[in-house]
Amino acid sequence: MKGYAGRILHIDLATGKTHVEPLNEEYAKKYIGGIGLGIRLLLDHSKLGIEPFSPENPLILTTGPISGTMWPTGGNGHAFVSKSPQSFGVGESKSHGSFGTELKRAGYDAVIFEGKAEKLVYVWIDDDSIQILDASHLMGKSPAEAEDIIREELGDYYIRVAAIGLAGEKLVRLACIINDKTRAAGRTGMGAVMGSKNLKAIAVRGTRDITVAKPDEFMEFIKEFHERMKGPATQKYRTLGTAANVLVHNAIPCMPTRNYNNASFEGAEKVSGETLNERFVAKIIGCSSCAMRCEHVCVVPEGPYKGTMTRMEYEPLWAMGPYCGVDRLDAIIKGMDLSNYYGIDSIGAGVIVGFVMDCYENGILTEKDLDGIDARFGNQEALIQLVEKIGKREGIGDILAEGVKIAGEKIGKGAEKLAQHIKGVEVTGYDLRCLKTAALGFAVSFRGADHNRHGAYGFDVKGKVNRLIVEKGRGKMVKDLEDQYTLIDSLIVCKFSRGTYYKGLEDMAKLYSLVTGLEVTAEEMRLAGERINNVARLFNIREGLGRKDDTLPYKVMHLPVPDEGSSKGAYVSQEELDFLLDDYYEARGWNKEGVPTIEKLRELEMDDLIHIAKRKAEKAEER
Amino acid sequence: MVKIHERKFVAADPEKCVGCQVCEYICSWTKEGAFNPLKSRIRVVRINQLINLAVTCRLCEDPPCVAACPRDALTQSEETGLIMVDEDKCNGCGWCIEACDYGAIMLHPERKVVYVCDLCQEQGEPQCVKWCPEEALELVTSDVLAQKARITAVKKLFQEALKVTPITS
Repeated sequence: MKGYAGRILHIDLATGKTHVEPLNEEYAKKYIGGIGLGIRLLLDHSKLGIEPFSPENPLILTTGPISGTMWPTGGNGHAFVSKSPQSFGVGESKSHGSFGTELKRAGYDAVIFEGKAEKLVYVWIDDDSIQILDASHLMGKSPAEAEDIIREELGDYYIRVAAIGLAGEKLVRLACIINDKTRAAGRTGMGAVMGSKNLKAIAVRGTRDITVAKPDEFMEFIKEFHERMKGPATQKYRTLGTAANVLVHNAIPCMPTRNYNNASFEGAEKVSGETLNERFVAKIIGCSSCAMRCEHVCVVPEGPYKGTMTRMEYEPLWAMGPYCGVDRLDAIIKGMDLSNYYGIDSIGAGVIVGFVMDCYENGILTEKDLDGIDARFGNQEALIQLVEKIGKREGIGDILAEGVKIAGEKIGKGAEKLAQHIKGVEVTGYDLRCLKTAALGFAVSFRGADHNRHGAYGFDVKGKVNRLIVEKGRGKMVKDLEDQYTLIDSLIVCKFSRGTYYKGLEDMAKLYSLVTGLEVTAEEMRLAGERINNVARLFNIREGLGRKDDTLPYKVMHLPVPDEGSSKGAYVSQEELDFLLDDYYEARGWNKEGVPTIEKLRELEMDDLIHIAKRKAEKAEER
Repeated sequence: MVKIHERKFVAADPEKCVGCQVCEYICSWTKEGAFNPLKSRIRVVRINQLINLAVTCRLCEDPPCVAACPRDALTQSEETGLIMVDEDKCNGCGWCIEACDYGAIMLHPERKVVYVCDLCQEQGEPQCVKWCPEEALELVTSDVLAQKARITAVKKLFQEALKVTPITS
């Protein structure tokens, strides 16, 4: 089997012991790699009900079969999977850059970190040599600083590093893992799990050759994709970037503003992708092997944050901008930079700050509670101060570092209703009240609130459906996209390139076949994508999540859009949500409780996991 | 009569290079049949997100690598300017690596002899230039490089005037 390294590395951080096991070929075929393989390994290597921060919770790092090749956007991917300290279900986050390609050349499809190191360490994977090294000198360093120090001390400037910042060390639940300085496995708190293992960083050097099963055809296919990537499918990413969404969403309107108090922002022009590019974008760079290039590197040219340099995308821009009522791009860039410095999910951080501002304006939190911070909506200084506090778990930041859900519960006094999350994971930049296909996608996402598990907002935003109503068929639409998205994250290719797969699954099947030599059809690829969604669902079911958790944030269901225009009055009622869920579960072949049926699992050749669904059914009967 | 310089080498435009390493992949693929940057004759340097540049052999007029070789394993082709490695003579001592100001000559991780860009003689044209998605790589002579630098400098100097009378090139 080409493409795969054929090896899984186990590292027990408690004992320092490591061993390599061969990759189970059946798993490779059924779960592909990336998050798919990772979630299956998580299911196998974790006991029911473990605490996310317990040493028993494995942190799984995977590459995909495409990683390490020259495939544009696909050669460089890696993913982290673990039980999430935010959702207590599947945690997974993917990243690009140069780290994944290096890990593949070191010869691993997956690395499973088990146990907990006695003190802060970093792991040095140098092909077959694995060392666990002291990291006490890296304590409190940012991921970027840690990367520089590690390269210096190991004496090779091409070593790739994925690291956590102070936030990960302090178990900030929304901590991320950053590689190549600006690329983050951002969501679901994978950095906090890494911190709970006292694992500061993973340094990798790989020297193996990567080859593919059908080289000539593969190179031809690459050539074709290089051309496609110059075309319209990627134009947005290569030019304005995702920040173009600001004005698009604002015009509809469907841009959550001031913690969901509005769906449009009067300061949108000031924080638009157009303004960002004109005034702040210094260069657009690319990941290893990519023929697109999307990474908009911003530099603040003047003012209090002068010299700040960071990557910027729509989501963090939205979270720290409109969602907090902040219309200053320089401050938003600073907030993003601080998120990267401390190693926190910048989306989650912005949503938490928006929540604090809402609490403040409603008198639930006072200046005294906030160590003197005047947390009015729109106060960019408060944004910066609060991100700092979350990153350091300082003052009010100690509560906020628990994520918006737990923070809301701890603060009480109605703050729970202001905490906008799904399954404990903070919302992202799509107003779900008036994007009802997206609302379903968000509600059922196995990793909590997220646009990247389905992309169902596309139907709503592009006007392919009536976004303000619910109707039969939305379930199938979400399902089909989800199945494609899990595949994208398992192969691993970049979601920004999804439009270049003109033939969709057929192109993906061809790619997989050319690399691995396993002849697969588009239908088999689709089944793999569906299987991965089911294995993720089964993990969540095993951990006690179910229909009750497939829900929407309080405001989405109780506060109609107040803004004038086409979205006015929109919200999602419980009846509508139930209708959508029933439709979706039916499309998925799941029962009313959202549990995969035995027939469905048999169809997906997941007989070995039927016991999870059965156990759930028995428990339901007992009640 | 002075002679126009004819030696061409691969140069990366710092304005265009985005550090994507496509050149490294295609180089190792072309020359070694594998994707492996460690076997690429062109290497990308990313100092920070803003500073990216691919670097390879400049075919120096008076190549220090050739001068540094104590075993006469390196010679420069008079015709093309390419650095040629006699693999039987090379023992991988690395004097040439130290002598090269650009890190363009490297020790092969398997063969343990040095290797350097040969402008893809077999393929007829440098594959990195052909594949670079940004068209940041070019096969140029030092004269053309100088011309381009001059033109860029003058354009910058007359930025305001050019806004009024735009030119196409």
